[in-house]
Amino acid sequence: MMDYKEIISPYASLEGGIIEAFHAVQAKMNYLPEEAIIATAEVFKIPVKEAYGVATFYSYFSITPRGKNIIRICESAPCHIAGAQEVVDALEKELGIKMGETTPDGKFTLEFAQCVGQCQETPVITINGKPYGGVSPESIPQILGEYK
Amino acid sequence: MAEELRIVLRHLGKIDPMNIDDYLKAGGYQALKKARGMSPMDVIEEVKKSGLRGRGGAGFSTGQKWLFAHRMEADEKYVVCNADEGEPGTYKDRVIMENDPHSVLEGMAICAHAIGASKGYIYCRGEYPDLAKTLKNAVDQAKDKGVLGHFDIEVRLGAGAYVCGEETALIESLEGQRGEPRYRPPYPPVSGLWQKPTIVNNVETFANIAPIIEKGSAWFAGIGAAKFPGTKVLTLTGDVKNRTFIEVPTDTTIRDVIFEFGQGIAGNKKFKAVQIGGTSGGFIPETLLDTPIDFDSMRQTGATLGSGAVFVLDQDRDIVDVVTRITQFFEHESCGKCAPCREGTMRMRRIMEKINTGHGNKKDIALLERLGRVMAGACLCGLGQAAPTPVITTINNFSTDYETRLV
Repeated sequence: MMDYKEIISPYASLEGGIIEAFHAVQAKMNYLPEEAIIATAEVFKIPVKEAYGVATFYSYFSITPRGKNIIRICESAPCHIAGAQEVVDALEKELGIKMGETTPDGKFTLEFAQCVGQCQETPVITINGKPYGGVSPESIPQILGEYK
Repeated sequence: MAEELRIVLRHLGKIDPMNIDDYLKAGGYQALKKARGMSPMDVIEEVKKSGLRGRGGAGFSTGQKWLFAHRMEADEKYVVCNADEGEPGTYKDRVIMENDPHSVLEGMAICAHAIGASKGYIYCRGEYPDLAKTLKNAVDQAKDKGVLGHFDIEVRLGAGAYVCGEETALIESLEGQRGEPRYRPPYPPVSGLWQKPTIVNNVETFANIAPIIEKGSAWFAGIGAAKFPGTKVLTLTGDVKNRTFIEVPTDTTIRDVIFEFGQGIAGNKKFKAVQIGGTSGGFIPETLLDTPIDFDSMRQTGATLGSGAVFVLDQDRDIVDVVTRITQFFEHESCGKCAPCREGTMRMRRIMEKINTGHGNKKDIALLERLGRVMAGACLCGLGQAAPTPVITTINNFSTDYETRLV
C-alpha cells in the first residue's frame, strides 16, 4: 500500500494546503482513495468528514478509481455549438465506453468538463490536462493513438 | 477602422515570459520602484483618479477597494490575484499570464505597498497547470532578483469549481475549504483570507496597475469610455470569422468588435445574437450592436461586459438549445449552499429542457421570468444572481425563438 502521509506531509506546513496535497495524491493515483483522504485529515488535523467534503466539492478530484489517461470533453456553450456532441459520440465509439466510464484495461476514462479556457479553437478536449483544440470526430483515433 | 490598443498586453510577443531579464529590460518593475517612493495614500489616490474599475466582471473602483483595506488596522493583510477565470468562452487571463506574468506580479506588489500587505497569493484555475509553472518560475526569478522586496507571493492551483471565481468562495478555497461563498458583509477588504483585510483583484486589473503608476492617472483616464476608462481584453468565440483575442479601448462598439476585429460572421451567414461577458451574460440582438462595450453602457441594455467573452451566433443557431445547455452548466456549477440557487438552477434547467424538447407552454415562460426575478434577488452570490440572465434576455430579445417551440 502506498504511504500517503509521505506524499501529503510536505504540504502540512502550508496554510490551507489540503487542496495542494490532494493534487499531489491525484498526480500519483489519478484519484483520491479513501485511505488517502483519511491520511490527509490526520496530517492536517481536521475531521475526516471535512477532508471528504473538500475532496468531493471540486470537479478535478475523484473519489473513485479512474484510468491512466483522463479525457475531458468541454460541454460549455462555445464547444457545444462547435460540435462537442459529435466528438463525444466518436470517443464513446472508439473506446467502447460511455461518458463517465473507464475502459476495462484501465487506460482511458471519459469525463465531461466545463470550459477549460482554450476557446480559440473549439471544440476542445484535454487528455491528462493537455488541451487539443479544433477536434473533429475524424481526428479522434489519431489523438488517442498518442496514448495507446 | 477601429484599432487595438495594448496596455495589459503591452509585452505580448516582445519578451520571453520565462526570463525576468526581458521584462526588466522593457522597463519592468520601474513602476513598483516609483510606487515605493510614494506614500501608500498617494498610490491609492493615483489608482482612484485613473478611474480603473475591476476587470473580473463586477466593475468596482479598484482604488476605492484598496482604500478600504488600507484603512484597516491589522497585523497581516493579503493581496490575492483571482486567476480562476472560469467563464465559458473566456481565456484572456491565460493570455496575459502566459505572455507577461511579471506585469501581474508587479501590480500585486504595488497593491501590497498601498494597503500594507506582505503576503500575496495567485489562485490559478486547475485547468491551467502549465500556467501555474510559468507563474511559479516568474515568482522564483523575481525573488532571486530581489525586486519584490519583502513581499512574498505563493501560487495555488484550484481544482475545477466555477464558483471559486467569486471572491469569497476563492478565499474559502485558499483556506483549504469547500469553495462556498460567504455571507457579506464583511467584505474581503475588511475581513477576508483568515479574517484579515484582503484585496482580491482580477489578473487583468493587476496588469493595468504598473502602466498607471508609470504614465499617470490622467493618461489612463483619457482612454476609452469616461466612466470605465482603459482597455478591455476580449475573447471572440462562436460564429465569427476571426476567433481570436483582442485588447481594445472601452468605447469600442460591439459592432466593431464583431465586424471589424472578428471580421464578421463565418460562412457568409447573417448575425443573429451575441452573448457578452461569459455564459452568465445577456444575449444581445442586432438592434443593440452600436452599444459601446464599457460596463455602464452594457448594463443599460440589460447585458454585461463581465469577463469580456464575446460569443457570436449566426442566423441558423438554435437559441433555445444553446440556452438550455447554459442552464445545465449553472445547475452543475451551483455550489448548493443557498436554496434559491441550488433549487433554482435545477428548476430552470428542467423548464428549459421541457421547452427545448417541444413540451413547453406559455405558462412555462411566465414561470421562468418569475423564477429569474426570485433568483436575481435572493441568491447569495453572483453565480445564482446572474444565472437567469441568458434565459431572461433571450426571452426578451428573441421571443419568436421560444414561441415557435411552445405547444
